[in-house]
Amino acid sequence: MTATSTNGTGATAGAATDVTTGAAHAAGAEGGTAVDRGVPPQGSAPPGGPGARAGAEGRIGLRAHLRHIGALARRNALQIKQDPESMFDVLLMPIVFTVLFVYVFGGSVGASLGGDRHDYLNYVVPGLMAMMGMNIAMAVGTGMNDDFRKGVMDRFRTMPIARSSVLIAKIVVEVGRMIVATAILLGMGFALGMTVQTSVFGLLAAVGLSLLFGAALMWIFILLGLTMKTAQAVQGVAMIVLMPLQFGSSIFAPTKTMPGWLQAFTDYNPLSNLADAARGLVNGGPVAHSAWMTLAWAAGITLVMAPLAVRKFRDKT
Amino acid sequence: MVGMTRIDKNPSGNRRGIAVEVRGLVKQFGGSQGTRALDGVDLDVREGTVLGVLGPNGAGKTTLVRILSTLLRPDAGSARVAGYDVLRQPRQLRRTIGLTGQYASVDEKLSGRENLYMIGRLLDLPRSDARRRADELLERFSLTDAAKKPAMQYSGGMRRRLDLAASMIGRPSVLYLDEPTTGLDPRTRNEVWDEVQRLVGEGATVLLTTQYMEEAEQLADELTVFDRGRVIASGRVDELKAKVGGRTLRVVPTDPATVTAMARTLAETGLDGVSGATAVPDEGALYVPILSDEQLTAVIGLLGERGFSIAHIGTHLPSLDEVFLAITGEKTTGTTGAAETEGVAA
Repeated sequence: MTATSTNGTGATAGAATDVTTGAAHAAGAEGGTAVDRGVPPQGSAPPGGPGARAGAEGRIGLRAHLRHIGALARRNALQIKQDPESMFDVLLMPIVFTVLFVYVFGGSVGASLGGDRHDYLNYVVPGLMAMMGMNIAMAVGTGMNDDFRKGVMDRFRTMPIARSSVLIAKIVVEVGRMIVATAILLGMGFALGMTVQTSVFGLLAAVGLSLLFGAALMWIFILLGLTMKTAQAVQGVAMIVLMPLQFGSSIFAPTKTMPGWLQAFTDYNPLSNLADAARGLVNGGPVAHSAWMTLAWAAGITLVMAPLAVRKFRDKT
Repeated sequence: MVGMTRIDKNPSGNRRGIAVEVRGLVKQFGGSQGTRALDGVDLDVREGTVLGVLGPNGAGKTTLVRILSTLLRPDAGSARVAGYDVLRQPRQLRRTIGLTGQYASVDEKLSGRENLYMIGRLLDLPRSDARRRADELLERFSLTDAAKKPAMQYSGGMRRRLDLAASMIGRPSVLYLDEPTTGLDPRTRNEVWDEVQRLVGEGATVLLTTQYMEEAEQLADELTVFDRGRVIASGRVDELKAKVGGRTLRVVPTDPATVTAMARTLAETGLDGVSGATAVPDEGALYVPILSDEQLTAVIGLLGERGFSIAHIGTHLPSLDEVFLAITGEKTTGTTGAAETEGVAA
């Protein structure tokens, strides 16, 4: 039979609460209906709108799917607007890499190419497009891992939208970031004296191929981001995969001086294929084999990884 | 209103008038040796009513909500919402529900308006309708002033309101509120309660999970009490209240010396159903168990009539602990809220 003064206060607060909610409730009940009656019933809510028809069979049509992707891509774009620092990588990476590689390796690798630093510039910039795609794709993995921890993913997953639209929207925006990075890279390259020896179409084809392959890579990193527990783990694993693929390729240097086993690896490394194809498209030379290989890799990766990623996204708890 | 028509039209519907129907639901985490978050749960939520699911942390409340909103797949049993099976018709089901969780499920980097607009677009509203609906709900939830600010700058209560608004955009017929006021201060909690009551007044069916008896009393028509994945009691709120003993009235007279006389007066007069009034002279307070508003009024009236001068009165509900004690005879295992009522002798 003890009741401390704290208890007394608790009880008092409870009573006060009762009174206020009671009154507010009475007022709220009236006000509430009044407000909502004011809503035009044709507001296209699911029961009456186009959604209702889709709801009958439960399938999501192509147009609705595109609309959902649009709305979600807008979300990702607005996030960038809200947090401009997230664009630093895209803005600075091409500048730093171009300057570093051209001035550190340009002289010696250029000489071995039978030319000078200027020749290396034309050699490395198309390769850097491939590398840029990979680096941005890696960031998608960590971003996805972060994003999933937030409550908003639960909301998306309880909404009548295709699960893939959340992932596709992310890829759409990241491809946009890649375009920015590639534009800066090319701007940097031209500023340092790079020349396009084929045509502007060749250049655009090289950019397109890089974007396509980058988008395919993103599925891998999305899957990784959804599978690993923390963003740090994603980053760690991604780095281990990334480094051999980037440096064990023809991106930075021709492979002919490499030992046989490494050459065998670089021959099958899709980043080599992409770098060779991009180089051929910009500088002239054989393109067909490496371009087809790149396309095949992109298609293969997407076909395998996209369904796995969507499934992981659906079932993740 | 929405719920009614939808369910009637639905060919594969639930039993008439039942918006949420759960049978033998089982969910196990961590393999066969793991814990059973849900261990054969049955429950019904009638259309247009609020079912309160009361239980401590780890009782399985959130697991239930996640299964009913298609975020988790049950291991056994069945669940239908607005006539749609959670496993076989998840897409249709998602069109009828709204979910507001313990953690605000809005995008923190987006403004309140952008959040609502996005949800509207995802629900297939045309652009202009999505914009109008967003503004409408911002106003209704008193967020118009903060409409352009990113949600991360919102206070806890504003976020919860934005979250509720986001759940309302599609005018869901069934709304899940998973501990909607956990972590909110009393004023904000009242705001959320008002909104929920308004939604119910408009015909929504609500499944509400909570740790607070007071919240259940405020909002729910019926209650289901969970413990370790099982339903240990269910029924109308007043039925359960009668079982656990209702509220306790605390009266503080102006002159502390009169508490004993007050208790004696109540005992001698013998008001209908009022018994067990206890004077605590040390505290200068009188405690009376109360089962109805009529009893409360009668007790206060009587004390007034007999010339006692009262400085302060208050009532409080039994804590979750006390509810469990009354139902099961054992204390809850998890941490519970409403700790402020502990130790009060009634």
